[in-house]
Amino acid sequence: MNIHFVVNDFWELVVTGLTQGAIYALVALGYTLVYGVLKLINFAHSEVFMVGTFASWLTWTWLGLGVNSKVPPLIQVLGYVVIAMIVAAFASGATALVIERVAYRPLRRRNAPSLIFLITAIGASLVLFEAVGLIVHRQPRGMPVLVKPVVLFHFLDAAVTNLQLTIIISALAMMAALDFFINRTKWGRGVRAVAQDPQSAALMGVNRDRIIMLIFILGGILAGFASVLYCVKVGITTYDVGFNLGIAAFAAAVLGGIGNLRGALLGGLLLGVVENLGAGLFGNPWRNVVSFLVLVLVLLFRPNGLLGESLGRARV
Amino acid sequence: MRQRLVRVVGVSALAAAMVAGAAACASSNSGGTAGKNCGQKIAFFGALTGGNAILGINIRDGAKLAINQYNAKNKNCTVELVEKDSEGSPEKAPPLATAVASDPKILGVIGPAFSSESKVANPIFSSAGVVILTASATDPTLAARGWKTFHRGLGNDASQGPAAARYMKDTLKAQKVYVIDDASDYGKGLAEQVKTALGSAVIGSDVIQEKQVDFSALVAKIQAANPDAVFHGGYVREGAPFLKQLRGAGVKAKYVAGDGVKTDDLISGAGKDAAEGSVLTCPCVPGDKLGGSFPTDYKAVSGGRAPGTYSAEAYDAANILLKGIGAGNTTRAKLNDFVNKYEGQGITTKFKFQANGELDPNSVAVWAYTVKDGQIVPDKEIPKA
Amino acid sequence: MTQTNDKPRVGVTDTLRRFDDRRAEAVSGLRQRWSDLPRAWRVGALVALIVVLYALPDLAIPGIRTTETDFTGVLFLVAIYVLIAVGLNVVVGLAGLLDLGYIGFFAVGAYTVAIFGSPNSPVVIKFPWLVCIPIAIALTMISGVLLGWPTLRLRGDYLAIVTLGFGEIIRLIATNSTITNGNRGIAGVPVPPGNWPSFVQTIGIDGEPLGGRALFSINDTRPFYWLALTAVLLCMYGVRRLENSRVGRAWLAVREDEDAAEIMGVPSFRFKLWAFAIGAALGGLSGALFATHNTFFNAESVLLQTSILYVAAVVVGGAGNLLGVTVGAIIISYLPERFREFADYRYLLFGLALIAVMIFRPQGIVPSRRRAVELADRAKEAPTNV
Repeated sequence: MNIHFVVNDFWELVVTGLTQGAIYALVALGYTLVYGVLKLINFAHSEVFMVGTFASWLTWTWLGLGVNSKVPPLIQVLGYVVIAMIVAAFASGATALVIERVAYRPLRRRNAPSLIFLITAIGASLVLFEAVGLIVHRQPRGMPVLVKPVVLFHFLDAAVTNLQLTIIISALAMMAALDFFINRTKWGRGVRAVAQDPQSAALMGVNRDRIIMLIFILGGILAGFASVLYCVKVGITTYDVGFNLGIAAFAAAVLGGIGNLRGALLGGLLLGVVENLGAGLFGNPWRNVVSFLVLVLVLLFRPNGLLGESLGRARV
Repeated sequence: MRQRLVRVVGVSALAAAMVAGAAACASSNSGGTAGKNCGQKIAFFGALTGGNAILGINIRDGAKLAINQYNAKNKNCTVELVEKDSEGSPEKAPPLATAVASDPKILGVIGPAFSSESKVANPIFSSAGVVILTASATDPTLAARGWKTFHRGLGNDASQGPAAARYMKDTLKAQKVYVIDDASDYGKGLAEQVKTALGSAVIGSDVIQEKQVDFSALVAKIQAANPDAVFHGGYVREGAPFLKQLRGAGVKAKYVAGDGVKTDDLISGAGKDAAEGSVLTCPCVPGDKLGGSFPTDYKAVSGGRAPGTYSAEAYDAANILLKGIGAGNTTRAKLNDFVNKYEGQGITTKFKFQANGELDPNSVAVWAYTVKDGQIVPDKEIPKA
Repeated sequence: MTQTNDKPRVGVTDTLRRFDDRRAEAVSGLRQRWSDLPRAWRVGALVALIVVLYALPDLAIPGIRTTETDFTGVLFLVAIYVLIAVGLNVVVGLAGLLDLGYIGFFAVGAYTVAIFGSPNSPVVIKFPWLVCIPIAIALTMISGVLLGWPTLRLRGDYLAIVTLGFGEIIRLIATNSTITNGNRGIAGVPVPPGNWPSFVQTIGIDGEPLGGRALFSINDTRPFYWLALTAVLLCMYGVRRLENSRVGRAWLAVREDEDAAEIMGVPSFRFKLWAFAIGAALGGLSGALFATHNTFFNAESVLLQTSILYVAAVVVGGAGNLLGVTVGAIIISYLPERFREFADYRYLLFGLALIAVMIFRPQGIVPSRRRAVELADRAKEAPTNV
């Protein structure tokens, strides 16, 4: 127990936790979208994220940015990040779509129980994980340093760096954009309709297959964005980076209420902070123990997560 | 219908009985080789696939080079290298070790590569008399388990840890050291040795997790503690991202780590600038001190990769076994006696084993290496206490 | 939207599927004929099968022996996996609860034997092996109840993440706490007592005849295999009896429709807890036997990935069917060892196989009859839902 440290550096831990949590939240959205519509845990989503990290690495390598490159000027950094985001979103979105077509759609036609989906998802993530592992010889890939952390300001005696601020703000912005898309556009209405009642939606002319493709692509795109932020933050990736992050993101989605977009945001940020405080209090090894115990506690008192499940806004 | 099933059952029972009878003959292994007493084998035991494969491949290629060279000289009486891929897992190791033990032509093993697989495989080797000569498992407790054929061809963590501590104290003049480890057998052992040797100079310590990639919380903690040096007991897998994030946050403390980090992956993972000036200790002799053509010969075997961590140790270990076989020690017991009494210069050090299988302390040279211009270059041999 | 379903099937997938349908028919036909046989014949055939299983390490059946690794050792591993699958089947197949952290129970069992039996553990009181095993089973049962008590009230999908968390917590405790010696692990796990009869002339791996020496030692893996096989057979018998008892029917009712079961007076929570506890006990037993054979256990054997593989074994083989889960366990433990020549591609191929098998046969390779019917029903409902 290290109460002294936690009390002294409380806000510091909160800020680093929020940064981590922002990435969790973006990945958690992928779980939540699919669950909200299909009531299915897309276990392969973690590998969608992993593919995104490698897409970012490839992009930067193609653009001539190696692990040893000097930090480019700010305007170029923006360009690099945006290009990587486009490529990673494309790669992750495509991967998610392929997973849907190959591993899920044939089962949906048979109306198989969710356990079967889980196994094909495990199969799909095993394939992605092993394939990438074989391609990169299971070696980590280092990325260029794009942002040198500079302390911008102090928030309640916690130093906030430009990197942390960028990650949190861009994650929030993407979340807001998704929220707008789901709640304010025609396509979003389709998603909500299918989530609420697939049969009525079909009767009203909503093409369910297309909506399902859409949510997989959306989840993939967000995972791609998250992977770029992750690469900028961490600066290295490996073929097995998905598993642990995927579990954390899944836990975040459940914590906030799986199927609920705002729940994913809340769950992600909260999990990041709780994890960090737990690690500070009990030592780094117990980070995940603390976060899982918090998850169980929350579920005991709110069995549907903090905000409840509500992608369709009409679910119990 | 029913009758057919009855027949099927009956026939298969009969077949089973016949096979069982035949088995008695089949299981007795006829080890007859034509002519001279040739065809001995040496096994490699370690991970060739999976996440830890690279270390195993380094060792396998070192051993393979030695065997190729031996076979080129002894064309009419060659030795075969048997590769046993344990995936580094203590779960897969026992049946593989038994397979090695029950092949009477296999006289010795280069490996097991990791300490935890050693703990399940070595009792089997020892019981069957297979000569164990590991080129990489450095857990000090391995030598204390009474395995009669155990030998370690390099210094263990107990020699490396204190040496690393001495280097930090005497050469780097570090007053404040932050120690982290990865809770692994190897990393924790090393970090504990360092902590004991440094005593009060240790201002903080923390445990990271294997496969951890994001160290922002730990880096913040280290930044607050402001140490002169950070010692990392663990592997490059976590070392590279940690170092990168440490430098990214602007921490200037010297990064010191053990041989688990001493590979080019540190530089390719963390980047040249971040890795610059890092200190890596290793109970291994620098490559340019290695005998003559080893680095170039090695590349011919490994498909172009330069010798990695423990490649040279494996080469030496294989050569010791080969010398024994070449001298006519073609049984396990004779080969074991040969290795026990062996004294000779390899490319990494001068080999001479103690009764418990450890390398003679005088032969254990711990070197400090530093990263300079994106290369791991030898700094100096860390003087013995 | 149903057209795609009714299109005439063409191509390789279709041939495969038809082939598989025929195979499934043949299997179910065999099963029918099997149950039509006179009892004496069935008992006789079973006994013969069991004898063959016990003799398997010494049988030179061509094609099935592993070439690169010791066959008996692999058989032992397979037996352990089958035991795990039988235990997990109680939870997943019979009670319909998704447990992704089953390896946690395996680890608790293994560590109990190691901690209470090995002289190298931090606990001072030592027990012989015969005492350690019941302790291990009891402790895993308790851990199953401790996990189940708060979490079994949660819905299925939530249970998945909570059990996953349990597995991870056990792994972290194993890695980081002192009672487990961290990753350094605990060596010197005790083995069962007993000696070979002195007339046995078989040679152990140390080159000496086994007669008169300890039955359970590293010199011969067969006794460990026999022990594990015995455990498997006993547990299978027990689970079979449970399945056909009131408890089994209650599990079935809870699995099909929990609310309906509750209304009909089945206390679903209590039966789910029982399923968890029994499943946990079998997992603990398998862990205990594993640690006994290895005489060493450390946290490296506790991986969440392995835990997920267990679930795959159960579902691929055919959840709810003892024969099915046995086949599944054999597939995930034996095939990677038998086909070592595929080296680094093994798990990639395994992943592809998982997808293929599940798409062609969602009910598993050897399905439980009742589950197959359920799935067929669902498939009929499918068009309205697509």
